Amino acid sequence: MSNIRLTGILKLSLLSAVLAFTSNVFADPVKAAFVYIGPTGDHGWTYAHHVGVNHLKEVMGDDVIVTEVESVAENSDSERVITSLARKNDIVFTTSFGYMNPTIKVAARYPDIKFEHATGYKQADNVSTYQAKFYEGRHVLGKVAGLMTETNVIGWIASFPIPEVIRDINSAFLAARSVNPDVQMKIVWVSTWYDPGKEADAASALIAQGADVLFQHTDSTAAMTIAEEKGIYAMGQASDMQVYGPNSQLTGIVNHWGPYYVERVQAVLDGTWTSTDTLRGIDEGMIQFSPMRNMPDEVKLTAEMAILDLEFGDVDPFTGPINRQDGSAWLAEGETASIGDLMSMMFYVEGIESKFPD
Amino acid sequence: MNEGLLIDIIIGISIASVPLIFAAIGELVVERSGVLNLGVEGMMIVGALLGFVVQFHTGNSYLAVLAAVFGGMVIASIFAFLTQFLLTNQVATGLALTLFGLGFSAFVGRAYTEETIQLIASSNIPLLSDIPLVGPLLFSYNPLVYLAFFMVYLVWWFLFKTKQGLILRAIGDNHDAAHAIGHNVIRYRLLAILFGGAMAGIGGAFLSLVQVPIWGEDMTAGRGWIALGLVVFSSWQPFRVILGAILFGGITILQLHAQGFDIRISAQYLSMLPYLATIVILVSLRMGAKNKTNRTMPNCLGRIFHSTT
Repeated sequence: MSNIRLTGILKLSLLSAVLAFTSNVFADPVKAAFVYIGPTGDHGWTYAHHVGVNHLKEVMGDDVIVTEVESVAENSDSERVITSLARKNDIVFTTSFGYMNPTIKVAARYPDIKFEHATGYKQADNVSTYQAKFYEGRHVLGKVAGLMTETNVIGWIASFPIPEVIRDINSAFLAARSVNPDVQMKIVWVSTWYDPGKEADAASALIAQGADVLFQHTDSTAAMTIAEEKGIYAMGQASDMQVYGPNSQLTGIVNHWGPYYVERVQAVLDGTWTSTDTLRGIDEGMIQFSPMRNMPDEVKLTAEMAILDLEFGDVDPFTGPINRQDGSAWLAEGETASIGDLMSMMFYVEGIESKFPD
Repeated sequence: MNEGLLIDIIIGISIASVPLIFAAIGELVVERSGVLNLGVEGMMIVGALLGFVVQFHTGNSYLAVLAAVFGGMVIASIFAFLTQFLLTNQVATGLALTLFGLGFSAFVGRAYTEETIQLIASSNIPLLSDIPLVGPLLFSYNPLVYLAFFMVYLVWWFLFKTKQGLILRAIGDNHDAAHAIGHNVIRYRLLAILFGGAMAGIGGAFLSLVQVPIWGEDMTAGRGWIALGLVVFSSWQPFRVILGAILFGGITILQLHAQGFDIRISAQYLSMLPYLATIVILVSLRMGAKNKTNRTMPNCLGRIFHSTT
C-alpha cells in the first residue's frame, strides 16, 4: 500500500525500496501497480484513477497490494518506471495515452506480467487496453453548453492533438450545434496535460475572446477557478470540481474506473485474465456526471434526456450525416461511426472553424 | 482586434512574466556573487505552497507573501549551509534542492489540494486606473507586479550604484582577490543566496496567489528552470531580465491568443524560441569572451571558495 510522490532518480530508488519492503509481507495477493501522468492531487484525470484504486483496495482488501507512482513523464522515464514495476508486480496499469509504446515495449520483455494501458490502441497477448467513451459524456456536456452560452462561443482548452481529444471536441461540437445552430468553438492547444498556470492563462485568453462556457481536456482545476473568478460557466473534467467553481460548474464528466480495476485484478487472482480491448460508456457506468448545477430546469431536463438516450443506446453521438471539416462526406444519413473510425479520428467535423492542428 | 482584447493580452503577458522576473532577478544576484543555485524551482514551489497555506488560513495577503519569502529563504539557507560551509558541489546541491522542494511541497500540500482562496485583488489605483487605455494598462495590476519591476530597479541600483554591490560583483569575479583585500566572501554569498530564495519564494507565491487561486503539486511546472535560463539570457544585466521574461511570457500568451484567432504558427516552434535565444546569447557571450572586453559572466560562477588563510 505504498503511495509515492517523488521525482526523477529518487522515484526509482525509493520505489524499489518500498517494493522490497512490501513484496514479502503476504504470500498470495495480486500485486498491482499504477502509473500516473500527474499527481493524485490534480483533482482531475489522475485523481479519478486514484479514486478507482481506492475502490479496488476497499473491495479486494488483503487480496491486492497496490503501488502507485505519480507524475511520470511520457518519455524514457516512463519506460524505466514501467520496467521496474513489471519486475515486482503481477499486473501494471499505465494510465496515460503517451505510455502506449513504452508499455508495449516493456510487455514484450516481461511476457508473464499482465499490462493494462488506458486510452491507447495497441494490444498484445499480455497487454489489454481500456478506455471510457468520454465522447458520450462530451455529447451531454455539449448540449448543456449549447443551451447555456449567450455569446455562442464555447472555449476548449485542449492538451495534445490525439484521437481521444479530437473525438471529444467533435462530439461536444455536434451536440452543441444540435441545440444551437449559431454556436462556435474556439480551441486552444496548451501542449501539456498539467500546468495550472498555463491552463489558467489559456482560460483567460478564451474568455477574452468571448467564450462564456469553458471545456477543458487538461487535468488541473485551474480553468474552473478562472471561470468562477470571471463569472462564466465551465465543465468539470474527470472528477467533480464543484469546490473550485460553485457558481461556474454546470456539470462534468466523472470517470469511474473502480469496478473495472476490481474486475481485472480479480481475473488475475482467478487466473482468468486474457488480453482484451474494453470500451465502456454511460450504460456500464464508466462515465458518470457530477450534479447538474447553475442551469435552468429545461436545460437540466435536456441533459438528463440525453443521458438516458445514450444509456439505452437510442442515440449514438456520431450519427450521420456528418461531413469532415473540409466538406468531404464522412458518415451517410443514419450511419454511425465504427470503433476503428473513433479510435483513429484525426479531423474536425464540418462547422468547426478552427484550423486543425498540424 | 479591439482595445479590450489588446489590454487583456498585455495584462496576460505581464502576469505570465512576473513569476519569472522575481525568480530570475534573485538568481541574478546569487550568480553575480559567484554562486550557481540550481534549486530555483524548489524554492519557488515551497514559496507557492507556503503563500497559499497562509493565505488560506489567515486570509491576509501580506502575511501570505511574507510566508512565501520565508519559505524560499529557509530552503535557500539549506543550500547556503551545504555549499558555503560544507563546500559541497553547487550543481549537485542545487539539483537536490529542487527535488527536495518538489517532494516536500507535494507531501505537505496534500491537505490543501481541495481548497481555494480569494485571489489577491488588483490594486486599481484611484483616479489613475480610470484613465482610458493607460489606466487598465499601467495602474490596475496586483501590487506584486509593481514590486517585481521595482525589485529589478533595486537590484540594478544595488549592483552598480553602491559600494556593497561593487564588492559583491568583485567576489563573483575573483573571490580569492576579494578575500585577500579583506572582504568577507562567505557573508556576501550567504546574503545573496538568501535574497535569491526570498525572490524565488515570492515568484512561486505569485503563481498560487495571483495567477491561479489553487495549490497544485508541481504547479511551477518548470518556471524555475526558465528563470535560470533567463539569467543567462540577460547576460547578468538586471534590466534585460525584464526583456527576457516578457519574451518568455509573451510568447506563451500570444500563442494562446493566436490560436483563438486561428493564426497558426506551430506551437512547438514558438515554445522553442526563448530557449534558442538563450543558446544564441550564450554562444555569442563565449565568442565575445575571447577579446576579453565583453566578459559578463561572473568568473567564479559555481566555483567553491575555500579560504586558506
